[in-house]
Amino acid sequence: MVASAVAALTAPLAQVQLRDRSGGDAGCVADDGLCPGWIADNFDRYVDPLVQHVYLVLASVAIGFAISFALALVAHRHRWMIAPIVQVTGILYTLPSIAVFFLLLPLTGRGSLTAIVALVAYSLLIIFRNITTGLDNVPEEARDAGRGMGLTDRQLLWRVELPLALPEIMAGLRIATTTTVGLATLAFFAGAGGLGGQIFADINFKSNVVVAGGLAVLLAAVLDAAILLAQRAITPWTRARAA
Amino acid sequence: MSTLAFLGEFGEAIQFIFEGETTREGTQVGGSQFLELTVEHIKVSVVAMVVACALAIPLGLWLGHIRRGSFLAISLSNVGRAVPSLALIAFFVAYLGVGFTNVTLALVLLAIPPILTNAYVGVTQVHRETVDAARGMGMTEARIALRVELPLALPLIFGGIKTSAVNVIATATIAPLAGVTTLGDAIINVSGYGDVGRLAAAISVAALAVMTELTLGAAQRAVTPRGIRLESGRPSRRRTLSTRIGRTASP
Repeated sequence: MVASAVAALTAPLAQVQLRDRSGGDAGCVADDGLCPGWIADNFDRYVDPLVQHVYLVLASVAIGFAISFALALVAHRHRWMIAPIVQVTGILYTLPSIAVFFLLLPLTGRGSLTAIVALVAYSLLIIFRNITTGLDNVPEEARDAGRGMGLTDRQLLWRVELPLALPEIMAGLRIATTTTVGLATLAFFAGAGGLGGQIFADINFKSNVVVAGGLAVLLAAVLDAAILLAQRAITPWTRARAA
Repeated sequence: MSTLAFLGEFGEAIQFIFEGETTREGTQVGGSQFLELTVEHIKVSVVAMVVACALAIPLGLWLGHIRRGSFLAISLSNVGRAVPSLALIAFFVAYLGVGFTNVTLALVLLAIPPILTNAYVGVTQVHRETVDAARGMGMTEARIALRVELPLALPLIFGGIKTSAVNVIATATIAPLAGVTTLGDAIINVSGYGDVGRLAAAISVAALAVMTELTLGAAQRAVTPRGIRLESGRPSRRRTLSTRIGRTASP
């Protein structure tokens, strides 16, 4: 315990790379400018943080979805549980992620685990609320029809209610994913790297800020589009209705 | 044992917040110095929220009243969500430099989308019949917007303000990167404060965010017109409420 505390004390934010401004047009770089030459020469240094960023986001959203989905299914049967679950996840949602990273440090130490726990906690409310809303909005007639066909409660859930709730569920996933991409830029405070570490490493240098920040925005847009495409693929009937 | 050590660290952090300590260099950190950081934190957040509300609420009311610009009002909050707050602050530092004004501007940009979207959605979901009745009574458009649509949209507007305020408080934590010494100073310039100071700052920021949420949540309930409260007292309450939230949250 003492050793880990000392290690944490002597290595504050040590994973952040030091400024390295070799390559590109020296005048532009010294000027903190936006230098295409420097970006072209140094783009490869953003690849590892980007990969780490994607890992943090995908792991957090996947775990967050699994937990929210299980909670939503339980709450679907026992409706009294919805209010307390929303309250607890609401508090987790309110806590600033940067604060949670440090609140978790004494428990989970520095690294990806701390970041993922905090990001999962943040995604729960968004996903849970959308799954619950989706299940609530299933037309009563559809349920009645399913029951009339002799479906059991479980069959009704998996064959009627969940498919009809898919658009809302996927909407929740999209919000959770874009939000998590943004919050994961702060994960370097927990020692988990990601694009935020690059931004922080040289915050006055326009080229660096634009590339690292731009990659984060781009990542959010790409993941958002990917989930939207997946949603179109697994809910063909929504397109038929719209057409 | 480890549980006790864990509690110990939090105990030290709480003590740090209220009493502070003197560093080896002889400067005072924590205690009254933390109070100054908290005041600065609240100051930058409040200024940003006031400016954001002054811009976003009238615009949202107006767009909602004329029922135009749904693309702007809705997509703005989606774009806003995709821009990381750290990147936003960094853009401002790299292009405009550090300082209180620039940080405030960045926080204003961060705060506008949820308020604007909620004000717009709040007004557009006012029943057409209600607005027609007001018009039939001879109310001018401005009076309809202020006396009918605004009160009915208030719960959602306050929901937007709450979302933004919590987000602004959280983001003000990284303001020391841009030269404004908020509570985040203990997190970003950790060498001056140590691990205990950093944990103390994390606890303070978390407490500040939760208090903001609770206060604005109470204000939201207080401003909800009695008519809406009666309506939402019906058994279908949960469904309409969650649908409403779900609608504002859909991308």
